[in-house]
Amino acid sequence: MNTFLSALFLQTGYNTALVAVGAALLGASAGAIGTFVLLRKRSLVSDAISHATLPGLCLAFILMALATGDGRWIAGLMIGAAASAGLGLILVEWVTRRTRLTEDAAIGAVLSVFFGLGIVLLTVIQSLETGRQAGIAGYLVGSTAGMLRSEAETIAIAALISGMAIFALRRPFTLVCFDQEYAAVRGISIRATDLAMMGLLLATTVIGLKVAGLVLIVALTIIPPVAARFWTDRPEPMVIIASMLGAIAAYIGAVISSLDRGLPTGALIVLVAFGLFVLSMLLSPRRGLLASALKQRAFQIDVHQRQGLMALARGEAIHDAFTLKVLKRRGFIRADGVATLAGRGAVAEVMRDEARWSLYRKLYPDDAATAGLAGVTPITDALPDDIIAELDRHLTPHKVAT
Amino acid sequence: MSNEFMQLSLVPLLIGILSAVACALVGNFLVLRRQSLIGDAVSHVALPGIVGAFLITGTLSAGPMLIGAAVAAIVAVLLIELIRKIGNVEPGAAMGVVFTTLFAAGVLLLERTDTSKVHLDVEHALYGNLESLIWLAGESWGSLFDPAALAELPPQLPRLAIVLIVVAAFITIFWKELVIGTFDPAFAESIGARPTITSYALIIMVAIAAVAAFDAVGSIIVIAMFICPPAAARLMTDRMGPQIAWSVVFAVLSAIIGYVLAGYGPLWLGARSSVSAAGMIATVSGLILFLCCLVGPRRRGVKFAANRT
Repeated sequence: MNTFLSALFLQTGYNTALVAVGAALLGASAGAIGTFVLLRKRSLVSDAISHATLPGLCLAFILMALATGDGRWIAGLMIGAAASAGLGLILVEWVTRRTRLTEDAAIGAVLSVFFGLGIVLLTVIQSLETGRQAGIAGYLVGSTAGMLRSEAETIAIAALISGMAIFALRRPFTLVCFDQEYAAVRGISIRATDLAMMGLLLATTVIGLKVAGLVLIVALTIIPPVAARFWTDRPEPMVIIASMLGAIAAYIGAVISSLDRGLPTGALIVLVAFGLFVLSMLLSPRRGLLASALKQRAFQIDVHQRQGLMALARGEAIHDAFTLKVLKRRGFIRADGVATLAGRGAVAEVMRDEARWSLYRKLYPDDAATAGLAGVTPITDALPDDIIAELDRHLTPHKVAT
Repeated sequence: MSNEFMQLSLVPLLIGILSAVACALVGNFLVLRRQSLIGDAVSHVALPGIVGAFLITGTLSAGPMLIGAAVAAIVAVLLIELIRKIGNVEPGAAMGVVFTTLFAAGVLLLERTDTSKVHLDVEHALYGNLESLIWLAGESWGSLFDPAALAELPPQLPRLAIVLIVVAAFITIFWKELVIGTFDPAFAESIGARPTITSYALIIMVAIAAVAAFDAVGSIIVIAMFICPPAAARLMTDRMGPQIAWSVVFAVLSAIIGYVLAGYGPLWLGARSSVSAAGMIATVSGLILFLCCLVGPRRRGVKFAANRT
């Protein structure tokens, strides 16, 4: 635990700290671009992109190994990966545009075929007997163990640049996600914006390959945005929350994996991200499970209280245990079931409310049908004062003093 | 030559063909229902199930593995539905959350447990090891009729044969329900063809085919075969029956050409060792799809016909 804490606060050496910070920057930009891609409803395109990097990665490795004897230069590998992922992206677009096949089929075909080709090239690398294929295996599920300082620096800087590019382009991205016609009127090319979005997604994927691995990098562009969706309904806060969640997940995942050799970085980052997602799903005040359970409970209490008070008004006996409990807790009835003074006041209140509602339903049946919870919500909360005043004029003979 | 073929190539080739055809058969419906990526998700999700089954039983036998993978698949389907409903996100994103998480859990479990005694690691899960499924007892053509030699066959072969029969029987028996449910779920509901039950049954078939093939050839072939042959077949014809036939032809072609290219291609080029057969089969199926995209007679569907008028 002490090792974990000291690693968490960057106390275990420059390299680990650099890797963790680089991973956090990567997580932030992946979360940000992932948000736009999610809003554009194209999340799984990143799945195709990440798998399509493998053949380029392997080809670059082979070419560099043949030319220099060592194929592990990270910038060269990134260029190769970007080239083949770009080709994959173009093929997805081309197949969707030019044939009757749908985008999901195109994504699946590209990811499996490119990955298959990559596996073929991987076996070629293994037969090259350079003894250095270990450098490439880490790209499958991610490995930061034994990462060189230059590699960590390259990743951190590249992630920073792509993050800034996403920040600069946030307005056109948002417009294209929500209102393409308005975007076109403003002179924003939808095609160019889409291209930029996919380009940045591709860049983030390629940068993250070494850290998260190509099978799992897709999670960094999907899970944080989906988690952020629980916290807000507005795009800009969503981008900020998603990149924060992404950064936290990548940072903690990288730190944990630095503790022991057998801890795959990519898997840990994804699992931490999923943990944050579950927390968001449970605790979000907007549509978290906890919040909606509380809301449901409050509604249930309201219904029981109202039904109980109406039963009191009609002089009927109450048998439902929960109703009795609610009324007792509110101090409306005594232990023997007789209404208290406060209870009689509440009964009068409910009866007036009920009278107003039933008159409203009679006078404006159409409006009442669309008012939704009419009958449980107090009418003073649901309708404007002038309508209630009008209802009260009709009710004058029976009006209860306010 | 004949001996070598029997011992080293016949069984892998047959296993490749059987897995390809089993996956392609159900893939036809996935492609038409726009659920192509379910194959992708299921084959990723199978990993934690299989590792979990291994941790509990300590063996890699077929029964526990299938149950583990099936449990993982059911958990995944429930989670996807839950996230889609509560999170109010598109199904693709919900699927992305679930299958990456489960796969990550599988990778972590695998790295943290001692699986050195059995053949189970991430690479194996991704691209299988078709070439290792050899039949040493198959010394000549006569071995095909020799019960002792037949008993030595790798267990994956009979298992996949059974799976293929089950899948084919499912499609034959529920043909009408599947086709109507695929093209017009509302109509299927109105005539009592139960499209919801059919689509769950289809997913179960997908899981069975994926897990059986996964064990033998790795997830990459599984994903490729779910999508590429049916997608290519879709560009050849407008009718469901011929589409299935085309997809089977393409699947068999991919398996044979891919296996031969992987085994002998490098030798023709002067290299000493072969390359991954699973990867090559996926690549060949992609090339077939690419050709169909260029010249398939039905490559342009209704969406283009509507634009032209």
